[in-house]
Amino acid sequence: MAASRKVPTFTAGMLVCWLLFATVPLWIGRIGLYQYLGIEILIFAIYALAFNLVLGHAGLPSFGHGAFFGLGAYAFGLAQFNLLPNLWVCLAVAVLSAGLAGALVALFISHRRGIYYALMTIAFGQVFWFIAIKAHSITGGEDGLLKIERLPVTLGIATFEIKEHVGLYYFVLAIFIAVSLLLWRIVHSPFGRVVKAIKQNETRARFVGYDVWRYKAAVLVISAALSGLAGGLFSMAQASAFPDVMSLHYSGYVVMMTLVGGGLVSFWGPVVGAIAFFLARDVIGALTTGWMLWFGLFFVTLVLFKPEGIAGMFASAANRQSKSGGPASLPNPQPQAR
Amino acid sequence: MALFEARELHLRFGDRVVLENVSLSFEAGRLSGIMGPNGAGKTTCFNVLTGRYRPDRGRVVLEGRDITGRSPQEIARLGVARSFQLMTLFDEFSVFENIAVAVPATRRRGHDPIGQAYADPVLIRDVHEILESVGLADRTDRPAKELPYGARRALEIGVALACKPKLLFLDEPTAGLGSDGRARLADLVRKLKGDLTIVIIEHDMEFLFSLADEISVIHWGQVIARGTPAELKANPWVEASNLGRLN
Repeated sequence: MAASRKVPTFTAGMLVCWLLFATVPLWIGRIGLYQYLGIEILIFAIYALAFNLVLGHAGLPSFGHGAFFGLGAYAFGLAQFNLLPNLWVCLAVAVLSAGLAGALVALFISHRRGIYYALMTIAFGQVFWFIAIKAHSITGGEDGLLKIERLPVTLGIATFEIKEHVGLYYFVLAIFIAVSLLLWRIVHSPFGRVVKAIKQNETRARFVGYDVWRYKAAVLVISAALSGLAGGLFSMAQASAFPDVMSLHYSGYVVMMTLVGGGLVSFWGPVVGAIAFFLARDVIGALTTGWMLWFGLFFVTLVLFKPEGIAGMFASAANRQSKSGGPASLPNPQPQAR
Repeated sequence: MALFEARELHLRFGDRVVLENVSLSFEAGRLSGIMGPNGAGKTTCFNVLTGRYRPDRGRVVLEGRDITGRSPQEIARLGVARSFQLMTLFDEFSVFENIAVAVPATRRRGHDPIGQAYADPVLIRDVHEILESVGLADRTDRPAKELPYGARRALEIGVALACKPKLLFLDEPTAGLGSDGRARLADLVRKLKGDLTIVIIEHDMEFLFSLADEISVIHWGQVIARGTPAELKANPWVEASNLGRLN
């Protein structure tokens, strides 16, 4: 019982997942989809994982996260044009500026929770979105920031071009793996456990000596910074940056992805959700322009009947199987976000 | 010198006076009780002493140091822990983690976003000792929300103990417990007594009289009597107050 309670750096399930993702470019064309979709899914998977640190792990409803994603995209482009067209420098600028914006927002909202937190994040999200549209000389306004290049990946002496979709896909996959490893560590670290405790009972956390405000602020900064990283990658994928990703409804998409996938109960829920979202867009979208209606209905049904999302369905199916004495379940590919 | 002192506390909510000239002092190593009817200001008093509310006037002094108006987390870090009348646990966490997240060893590492949270064998042993002392060592991995009521009460005290306090405030620890539960809780408190300075708010006179070295009676936001259980038994005001016959 007193055995060590170490959490592994990664699990077999995670490895299988990554390998599966690594094979995507080999078959995605054959099933009638296209390479760019894989890039989009992975970028939004990074974004949703980062977002879920705030929503799922800290229990803070942020509905303005698009601001950080969009800021990362603009920062990447602007750094490329004005600072130095180096991939790492531009990504670092994207991360830093989104993190800084996160810190600014955190200053004003970290003493809030629940609906007040949600409203404040919407307000700040709108402010950033508005600035992005109005600051025409910097962001290009509604015309967007165009001609953002996919910069070569320099690793010491080796350099890889990622101008092709497949190359960019693998680069994004590498970032996805790094970010998911990092977030996996964070949620299982002392910091992550305290954040999880605060989510469950802020009062108690305060009375055992935690400065709740600082933890809530820190978690938003980390989440914003990583959202900015996803945004930077997205500006490369799109070769441009537009204000629309900062809008309220785009901020809503990442909330939807996270909830549909099951971010509240599973670390990997947001990834599942990002996949479901884009597949729905392309598959249902091929049949009807009103795909959002169907996805929205699915979302409503899920929230009503299975608020734990898709990951929650898998978890309870696995539970039922193990309880009914069925075959010993395989190592769960979606470890619970404990 | 008393370990902890409240000097002439005053507090109003709007035009309602909730605490009026409340002075209390708690000696190290003793078990003090606070008694009084509903709405007398007992819990409010705890809330002022542990930093939840700031008093309008008066001082809160811990080991000779003025801690009036300090935040709950600062006061907790100075060694003052409390339990709550309405259960405040980390419901999704296991019994183990409820304690583990509250121990000072975890608190000191709270800024570490990368390392292992509970891998240190010293910490694990420490958590198990606390669980043993509150009688929950056999259910370490049960989620707190699945525990029966009495066990949750015990865990509530366990979380406060996890802070390694010098001073432990218990707010109506017997609330909602049956006679068995009360007896078990009394045993637990008796075990803790002596090692710790304890202050208990309690409705149950019998429970308090059997445990406390000294009791203060609060009514209308004021301390109306103070003494040993034997002294208070002889005081007609005390029983009248507790039965709600004082108006």
